[in-house]
Amino acid sequence: MREIGSEEELAELLAGRNAPLSVGGGFTRGMTGEGERLSAAGLTGIRLYEPGALTLVAGAGTPLAEVEAALAAEGQRLAFEPMDHRGLLGTSGQPTIGGVVAGNVSGPRRVVAGAARDFCLGVRFVDGRGHVVKNGGRVMKNVTGYDLVKLMAGSRGRLGVITEVSLKVLPVPETEVTLAGEGGVPVLAAALGSPFEVTGAAVSGGRTLIRLEGLAESVAYRQGALAARLGGDWEVLEGEASAALWRGVRDVAPFHGKEGAVWRVAVRPGRAPELLEALGEEAVVDWGGGLVWLLVGGDGRAEEVRAAVERLGGHATLVRRGGVPAGVPALQPEPAGVARLTGGLTRAFDPRGIFAGAG
Amino acid sequence: MQMPVPDAAVLAKTAQVVARLEAALPGAVISDPVELRAYECDALTAYRCPPLAAVLPRTTAEVAAAMRICSEEGVPVVPRGAGTSLAGGSLPTADSVILGLARMTRVLEVDYADRVIRLETGRTNLSVTGAVEEAGFFYAPDPSSQLACAIAGNIAMNSGGAHCLKYGVTTNNLLGLTMVTMEGEVVEIGGPWMDAPGLDLLGVICGSEGQLGVVTEAWLRILPKPEGARPVLIGFDSSETAGACVSAIIRAGLLPVAIEFMDRPCIEATEAFSGAGYPMCEALLIVEVEGSPAEIDAQLARIGAIARSFDPVELREAADADEAARIWMGRKSAFGAMGQMGDYICLDGTIPVSELPMVLRRIGELAAARGLKVANVFHAGDGNMHPLIIFDANAPGQLEEAEALGAEILTLCVEAGGCLTGEHGVGVEKRDLMAVQYGEADLEAQMAVKDVFDPHWLLNPAKVFPLGASERRRQGGQPPVAVGDSPRDI
Ligand SMILES: Cc1cc2nc3c(=O)[nH]c(=O)nc-3n(C[C@H](O)[C@H](O)[C@H](O)COP(=O)(O)OP(=O)(O)OC[C@H]3O[C@@H](n4cnc5c(N)ncnc54)[C@H](O)[C@@H]3O)c2cc1C
Repeated sequence: MREIGSEEELAELLAGRNAPLSVGGGFTRGMTGEGERLSAAGLTGIRLYEPGALTLVAGAGTPLAEVEAALAAEGQRLAFEPMDHRGLLGTSGQPTIGGVVAGNVSGPRRVVAGAARDFCLGVRFVDGRGHVVKNGGRVMKNVTGYDLVKLMAGSRGRLGVITEVSLKVLPVPETEVTLAGEGGVPVLAAALGSPFEVTGAAVSGGRTLIRLEGLAESVAYRQGALAARLGGDWEVLEGEASAALWRGVRDVAPFHGKEGAVWRVAVRPGRAPELLEALGEEAVVDWGGGLVWLLVGGDGRAEEVRAAVERLGGHATLVRRGGVPAGVPALQPEPAGVARLTGGLTRAFDPRGIFAGAG
Repeated sequence: MQMPVPDAAVLAKTAQVVARLEAALPGAVISDPVELRAYECDALTAYRCPPLAAVLPRTTAEVAAAMRICSEEGVPVVPRGAGTSLAGGSLPTADSVILGLARMTRVLEVDYADRVIRLETGRTNLSVTGAVEEAGFFYAPDPSSQLACAIAGNIAMNSGGAHCLKYGVTTNNLLGLTMVTMEGEVVEIGGPWMDAPGLDLLGVICGSEGQLGVVTEAWLRILPKPEGARPVLIGFDSSETAGACVSAIIRAGLLPVAIEFMDRPCIEATEAFSGAGYPMCEALLIVEVEGSPAEIDAQLARIGAIARSFDPVELREAADADEAARIWMGRKSAFGAMGQMGDYICLDGTIPVSELPMVLRRIGELAAARGLKVANVFHAGDGNMHPLIIFDANAPGQLEEAEALGAEILTLCVEAGGCLTGEHGVGVEKRDLMAVQYGEADLEAQMAVKDVFDPHWLLNPAKVFPLGASERRRQGGQPPVAVGDSPRDI
């Protein structure tokens, strides 16, 4: 493993590089890129944090834990609730903020608050030609030129190595509660379609879970109003009990320690029940149905999963390979038009294919 | 302001291009010079140039047909929604074809359970909410121009609005789109689901100012309407104090849906124009919160307590819908009111909220040095400023003077850690200032994206990038090899 200590060093290395590299932060997502491993974990440190402006700038290698601790000390947080892959993948190491952005890693609150990409205000990166590029900045609204911040967020290291990220952060709400009951995806849709500002909508461990956050008075009111609107019996969990439930959903805790392939399926929320029925596998449902985690034993049923997703609309990503044969790509193949554009962009930013094995 | 010299070869075959377009899109082509005047500018009215022709297709297939012809003939295309761009985004060149979406306004699908709508992008912003409000939903991004502007333009500019503090801008509410490339290929990106893996093409197309493709259909996120909303008006005797109050509200963890700011010149103008009953003071904040009546009371109580610690000259809570409407009336008529004061240039720089007091003071000094008047009305919660430079277009040299002041103010925004434009886009207006914010390698990386989508640089080519930087590409040469590093700051 090669450690990079500075952006300049990285630029020099990439400018003269002709062989593939596998770039990572904490390598907690179990990526298996080809080539020598390059760790960006040395590009570390919080460079600016202005709680009054809700912005934080950090080196890409800064451990997520360090970012979260700094925010917590000021009563703030990353609202997109990035998951921790270690439990699911059995990996070790420290997740880094650059890895979170490069993977667009988002948790339960994504359904209303937005994904990691929506909170990313700026990036610096070194592309495959060794060019140091910055885009965006550290302000909330910025339409100056093309939004390469979005392009880099979720690019999985395919275009370049992110060296610095600038993020929008949000205050931690005063209170959170979870309503736990029954009803599945249709009930989640009704909750998300209500004016009561639901910030989590999942089905996990057989229970339908709905989260509310905010000022104490407001949460108390919405909790009553929502339960009345949905009908049925709802157990109310508060504070740490509620938070623990959502950590479990975020990290797909019901699958920890179990064998099998893990599919992460982004699907049209209303179609999630059809998907679950078609495959009949163990599942954790988040985002009101928009995200379905599937645990599939045996050969992982890649063809059936992808065919079902093709039919219902969405994408199936193989997060843990399990018994799925090595030739099956981790990402859903893209339609020709999209693939042509994606291919063109990767060639433009990485003409020598240094990052070709990334993903 | 400079525009490229029109391509003589294209001008020479105007008749042929028009004939081909008419044959492929009967009844959808405008080539009469008088009728073309309607397309000679957008809301940046200081610059005008009629296009070679305008095409108003009715379907994505017709858009593709028109694009294929223009591509084959080597004719530049300027996409156009409603023509309300303040940056000259839809300003034509004499050798270009305007491709207008005005006839593509249908709603194609609404799904309340999935909270999505699919529509043709010629539809106006406000009529998206119009299509779903009966069921209790709305489309969140709300540019002040929402009655007129089209979703097509909103996507191209990544437009924002007063309520973006809570709901985000266009890019945060866009799930998918149908786009026609310059070569006429129809590409579908995203859909009624979240976060496709693979490169975020949706994210880079949104805000690309009509330079990557013509967006004909879109999947947008719709949201349930809050139970209610209520504004509070807070007046201060200094802009610094108002700025500090904004920071304190945000810092306290309260997230209002909107925090709008007006300074004295703006208050005076809107008062004279609309009689909203604003107090005469140095700075006014309008803070709006949402929820049930009890939730609103609780939030306003906390905001009131913070505001009082800054010793406001006035704190006025709206007691009912009527009073709420009056509080917003002045703000909403602010641009109209400024229009009465003279000609104006509306700037759009964004700064870190913490720099508000310093930037406001410096803007005052820069304006005084040039003997011009600047009024400020803007989205304070996210630092997106809208300094309005008032000038007299009939007085020789004043436009140039006002533009020079504009460049100084935007440079100041960048130096304060911000950017040139928060929601209006670069267009032609800020094109030549791009180098203030971005180094050569930064611009090169952006232009490399356009190379992929539009290799011959035929789509809205004279926008966004400084003409010098894009020249080789626009003239069909090989993209230059980028050299040099970019500045260290982000
Ligand atoms: C009074 C007033 C108030 C305003 N207030 C706000 C505000 O609060 N917030 C804000 O963000 N903006 C505001 N604007 C600016 C403007 O309304 C927005 O930029 C708007 O999104 C432009 O939409 P349009 O349909 O008029 O686009 P146009 O002016 O027609 O075009 C804008 C850009 O979009 C491109 N484009 C148009 N259609 C397509 C398409 N189908 N595919 C690809 N590219 C396309 C054009 O080429 C051009 O570059 C305001 C403007 C005015 C005049």
